[in-house]
Amino acid sequence: MRIGPQYVATRRGLLRAGLAGVLVAGAAPAEKSKVVVVRDPALRAGGGAPDSGRVLKMLDRAMQSFWGGDSPMDAWKKAVRPGEVVGLKVNCLSGKGAATSPVLVEAICERLQQAGIPQKDIVIWDRLNSDLESAGYRVASRTDRIRCIGNDAAGYGTELAVYGSAGSLLSNTLTRTCDAVINLPVLKDHGIAGVTLALKNLFGAIHNPNKYHTNVGDPYVADVNMFPPIRQKVRFTICDALTAQYEGGPSYMPQWSWPYNGLMVARDPVAMDYTGWQILERKRAEKGMKTLREMKREPVYIATAAGRGLGTNDPKRIDVVEV
Amino acid sequence: MSRFVGQDAILRADRQSAPAGRVTNPPQVGNLPHMGRRLFLQALALPCLGAVESDARFTVEARFYDKLPYKKIKCKLCPRECVIDDRERGYCGVRENRGGTYYSLVHSRVCAAHVDPIEKKPLFHFLPGSMAFSVATAGCNVNCKMCQNWDISQSRPEQVTSTFISPQNLADLAGRNQCPSIAYTYSEPVVFCEYVLDSAEAGRAAGVKSVVISGGYVQEEPLKQLCRRVDAIKIDVKAFTDKFYKEIVNGDLKAVLNTLVSIRKSGVWNEVVYLVIPTLNDSDDEFRGLARWMKAELGPDVPLHFSQFHPEYLLKNLPVTPVPTLERAKAICDAEGLHYVYIGNVPGHPAESTWCPKCRRVVVERAGFTVRALHLDKGKCHFCHQAIPGIWEG
Repeated sequence: MRIGPQYVATRRGLLRAGLAGVLVAGAAPAEKSKVVVVRDPALRAGGGAPDSGRVLKMLDRAMQSFWGGDSPMDAWKKAVRPGEVVGLKVNCLSGKGAATSPVLVEAICERLQQAGIPQKDIVIWDRLNSDLESAGYRVASRTDRIRCIGNDAAGYGTELAVYGSAGSLLSNTLTRTCDAVINLPVLKDHGIAGVTLALKNLFGAIHNPNKYHTNVGDPYVADVNMFPPIRQKVRFTICDALTAQYEGGPSYMPQWSWPYNGLMVARDPVAMDYTGWQILERKRAEKGMKTLREMKREPVYIATAAGRGLGTNDPKRIDVVEV
Repeated sequence: MSRFVGQDAILRADRQSAPAGRVTNPPQVGNLPHMGRRLFLQALALPCLGAVESDARFTVEARFYDKLPYKKIKCKLCPRECVIDDRERGYCGVRENRGGTYYSLVHSRVCAAHVDPIEKKPLFHFLPGSMAFSVATAGCNVNCKMCQNWDISQSRPEQVTSTFISPQNLADLAGRNQCPSIAYTYSEPVVFCEYVLDSAEAGRAAGVKSVVISGGYVQEEPLKQLCRRVDAIKIDVKAFTDKFYKEIVNGDLKAVLNTLVSIRKSGVWNEVVYLVIPTLNDSDDEFRGLARWMKAELGPDVPLHFSQFHPEYLLKNLPVTPVPTLERAKAICDAEGLHYVYIGNVPGHPAESTWCPKCRRVVVERAGFTVRALHLDKGKCHFCHQAIPGIWEG
């Protein structure tokens, strides 16, 4: 197989990608990066699973707070445009309990349709069909309805994407099917990389994530996020913090999970990750646990990502808006 | 498929067209990437599986791991010792934790199968002029930036087209194709260790030898088991500095050197390959350091091959190794007292041939991967009767 590196980041390409990032993500250097954190203490009225109606309302509050506008629909119309194929990159590796909640995804799909994105232009995706199924999703490949498909079924491209220390084949769903991607990670700990949030969730877009967990994922997580298709298509992040996990991840460990009852929205994935990391550290401290640095798994890739220009990890430049 | 009625023509790899170690598609389908192996496997009259195939057929419990609390496991196959959560895989991508039990997903899951000259491995002191039935599965436990087979070595098994070849079938196929040996090669046999062990046993029972072509990043116990069952091991020493191993390989030099010493102690035939990459591992000091280490730890008779680098994968920015660089490496190692130093991937170079260290005459004359003349009598130089170490007869 002879491969021409189509996605190798050239200086001009990086400038273009950076410009696109500014235009699409709107993260001008002088502005603060906004991270909206919405919580609902009454989310689990019955004490069990999150109430779907309250999840929808929380999503509305988060989106309107982040994007502005007179209504949640105004916010969604700023985020996506009719005619686009919108991908929802869920995180399902760990199965039910520590995966992106189908209730949240259902709410997002409902609002996307109301914002003018027809069912046929919505694609829920992750690495494997089996991962999606284990997290409660039903795999669906009909192109006239909402699709739900793993990369193992959709396949990977043949062009090697290269940046820094990373070289990978990219998911066809990302490169060929989707025009825009909403990143839907879960607020949780990761036993190797420290935390797995917005940046690391994009490991689900590459064919060889197992190669990039060494050295606490640094600089690999940052380098994978530098691949032009990822930079250009991932529009913003909605972090599922309905149930969060501060230790033992990425597998679901109920003894270290707690009902955070929240959602987080940001365009800047670095600011999102920094904010989420601090939430997990505070919970660890509350539980008398060592910091991730003391555990030798501080997610230093977040700082590396900031150094790459993917966003900011400077708390003075992050505007955390709690709703 | 009707194009491939002449199975021998398909199976026999071109003796000149590809650098040592690279998977060679059959010449007829050389311009059809992805289809090459599929058609090739069809030509072998074997069932061909799509990429999205149930993996149950290929799944066996791994042999080298420890169980940990919370359904975690620690892999004990290579020095990396991945600690793996339930439903996750190790660095190699081909071994998975399922509910606290660790599985190999690549037993009998062959993604590349070719009949290659043994010289292509390269093994120069092992049945010269013979063919090796060469197989690989997906996966590797390092990530060399110069990998020439990265499309299989850096993939997960379900991402490449594979076919089921049981150990017994593999031994039969080797025999049917007049191959006195099976070569486990192209990717990294350590990660499909269980398949190698079972196939080597099946091969031995059928009179077929086994050779392993490896980066040598393996723990002591699996290495011991390999050494008991196989007949030759070629180890890639990718550089002689820790820096290179850390930055270019994501491995560990010390572990590889330990492997070489263990193989030497086991008595299994061993050769060493060093791919010379311009600016990264081509200093005189490195060549000299390697030669001195080999002479002291392995003895002067272990063959050392300096291979020419071709830009691949993540090192496409570097040029092909100049032949004078390879000649410099050889000259340094010759001067340090190694007896069998070769230059590889430079067809027609005199240093492809085996020279008797005593009378300085050619005892195995090679051109590319072809053996043109053999001047050995029962492992001794035909001219001066100097013993030439190796396995010369089946």
